[in-house]
Amino acid sequence: MPVDVDATVLSNTRLSSDYNVLGLAAPAIAAAAEPGQFVMVKPGLGDHPLLRRPFSVFEVIEDDAGRVTGLSLLNKRIGVTTRTLFGLEPGARVRCLGPLGRPFSPAAPPERAWMVAGGVGLAPFHTLAVALRARGVESTLFYGARSAAELFHLDAFRRLGVRLQLATDDGSRGDHGLVAAPLERALRGLGPAAPLRLYACGPTPMMRAVTDLAHAHGRRTEVSLEQVMGCGLGGCYSCVVPVRRNGGRPRFVRSCLDGPVFDGRTVVWDGLGAG
Amino acid sequence: MSVDLSVDIGGGLTLANPFIAASGCFGYGVEYADVVDLSTLGAVAVKGLFLDEREGHPPERIVETPSGMLNAIGLQGIGVRRFVAEKLPPLRERGAVVMVNICGSTIDEYAEVARILDDAEGVAAIELNISCPNIRKGGMMFGCSLAGTRDVVAAVRKVTRLPLVPKLTPNVTDVAAFAAAARDAGADAVSLVNTFLAMAIDVETRRPRLSNVMGGLSGPAIRPIAVRMVHECRRAVSIPLIGMGGIMNADDALEFLIAGATAVQVGTANFVDPFIWGKLTAGLTGYLERHGMAAVTEVVGSLDLSTRDAGPTPEAACS
Ligand SMILES: Cc1cc2nc3c(=O)[nH]c(=O)nc-3n(C[C@H](O)[C@H](O)[C@H](O)COP(=O)(O)OP(=O)(O)OC[C@H]3O[C@@H](n4cnc5c(N)ncnc54)[C@H](O)[C@@H]3O)c2cc1C
Ligand SMILES: Cc1cc2nc3c(=O)[nH]c(=O)nc-3n(C[C@H](O)[C@H](O)[C@H](O)COP(=O)(O)O)c2cc1C
Ligand code: FES
Repeated sequence: MPVDVDATVLSNTRLSSDYNVLGLAAPAIAAAAEPGQFVMVKPGLGDHPLLRRPFSVFEVIEDDAGRVTGLSLLNKRIGVTTRTLFGLEPGARVRCLGPLGRPFSPAAPPERAWMVAGGVGLAPFHTLAVALRARGVESTLFYGARSAAELFHLDAFRRLGVRLQLATDDGSRGDHGLVAAPLERALRGLGPAAPLRLYACGPTPMMRAVTDLAHAHGRRTEVSLEQVMGCGLGGCYSCVVPVRRNGGRPRFVRSCLDGPVFDGRTVVWDGLGAG
Repeated sequence: MSVDLSVDIGGGLTLANPFIAASGCFGYGVEYADVVDLSTLGAVAVKGLFLDEREGHPPERIVETPSGMLNAIGLQGIGVRRFVAEKLPPLRERGAVVMVNICGSTIDEYAEVARILDDAEGVAAIELNISCPNIRKGGMMFGCSLAGTRDVVAAVRKVTRLPLVPKLTPNVTDVAAFAAAARDAGADAVSLVNTFLAMAIDVETRRPRLSNVMGGLSGPAIRPIAVRMVHECRRAVSIPLIGMGGIMNADDALEFLIAGATAVQVGTANFVDPFIWGKLTAGLTGYLERHGMAAVTEVVGSLDLSTRDAGPTPEAACS
């Protein structure tokens, strides 16, 4: 059951000129959120911008006693709301509605888990990594970004026991080029019988490529899509994704209710919109 | 002091309060059952339904604009039969007062959908969508012609005794003439406004921002025009009016009520705040108490024009 919290900004850590991590005092949402779920956020009460925007829950924040005190968002500046979220100071207020959407289905041993992230697509994987660690699942993060300076929170993932496979567009760290390259090597290296669960979040072409690559190796991928959302609750039908299930014709399903996590092979990628 | 928020919106239908969830902005209602007690809303207008299922337009289906949004959903929907079988029972169970928004590509389709609803249990009213700007056939095609409006309303009137509420489009010069045409054809009330046909362009790609090129504008940006249109209709007809367009809080709703609407619908604001319903009734109650009114009906149509001229004619507004 989603709740709406008028959350105080606890912290704002700028990671680069475009990325920041915003801590929000929304413990009720944080405690209930499952990996892959999202919140609908609106800084300020005015009519411009009018609508909330969807964000993954990046981290669940706890105090020293282990009590949940809030959640954080990994924010990338691309427009009016993300610009505002980049500039907020502690003490500011943000309306935060959640948790929403269908979560990832976490792997269980002996399955291993591979998370594939591109850019801000890292956001849903921190909470997933925490859940995987609690289940004792061996996890790897394949993570691509524009440059070494935009590969964030590597230490946090290492501390969770996650192995890292990095790639950058400019070759400043890891593989030079797309994150699909180290993923392909790993898929080749892994025997077809080894149980594996794959997750991907990032730019649409990247998620599509990962889905196809994994499929070629007989693997499924859970992708977390980023459709534009008007309400996040199933009210507006703005967020639809064309999905083909059981060989039927494609149907538009609401990403905020049936997603944002989908089996990549059921997504009709050409019909997702300009993005 | 407790105030009476109930309103009679015609056709024998009384609502517990004047706040109705606007069609297309509240799914089929059941989506919100976890968030609000559906029985506390005046009514729930469900997403527009045709006879058969429809897929709607491909994404992008919405884009935000200054103080508003454009949508071109294209009336994706499950069709009236599935609605009756799958959605009406849980809505009934939760005590929702259900207004079913219906569409058709032809007059026969409107009548067929209405007939099916007339037989169903748990439908409080039919809202006749002759105003959707986002479909090629039907919808606004009827709502933009006086003869079309009359024909659809009369055809549906013949097949149902349910309260019948045609929903008017603002994309006409003289909306009051359409309210009168709907009344003459047997409407119990009219609702207005649907969205304004509009367009937004991404200057970098030089492409329309919506896949369907054009869409309907809603939200606070349209509110003053919608209030003006309710005022015009109030002067022209005496059947109940259900006003809407950019209502974000109780004061906005009061503008419509004072202009002459008996009830209001809230659409886009529900996206911003799905918990808005309790705030609306609290705000309205507070206002009525502050003004010493015992019932919301006292404020309906209470516009004070005594210090103004009769109000500008459309011609005067052009000078
Ligand atoms: C489930 C989900 C989870 C998300 N998680 C995160 C997250 O953790 N961190 C994060 O930074 N972002 C995330 N996003 C994307 C985020 O919602 C958008 O970046 C945000 O809505 C942009 O708002 P804005 O007001 O800054 O941009 P606007 O001013 O509204 O738009 C600026 C430009 O960006 C384009 N745009 C807007 N929204 C999107 C979108 N969803 N996809 C592609 N282009 C878009 C617009 O068309 C426009 O050209 C997520 C999206 C979804 C659906
Ligand atoms: C996403 C969206 C979908 C809509 N779908 C319908 C619909 O199916 N039938 C209808 O009569 N009106 C539809 N409308 C119009 C609204 O019911 C309402 O008339 C309009 O949005 C103005 O009110 P608002 O400013 O409060 O949103 C839709 C509006 C939006 C924003
Ligand atoms: S965002 Fe409104 S239906 Fe999904």
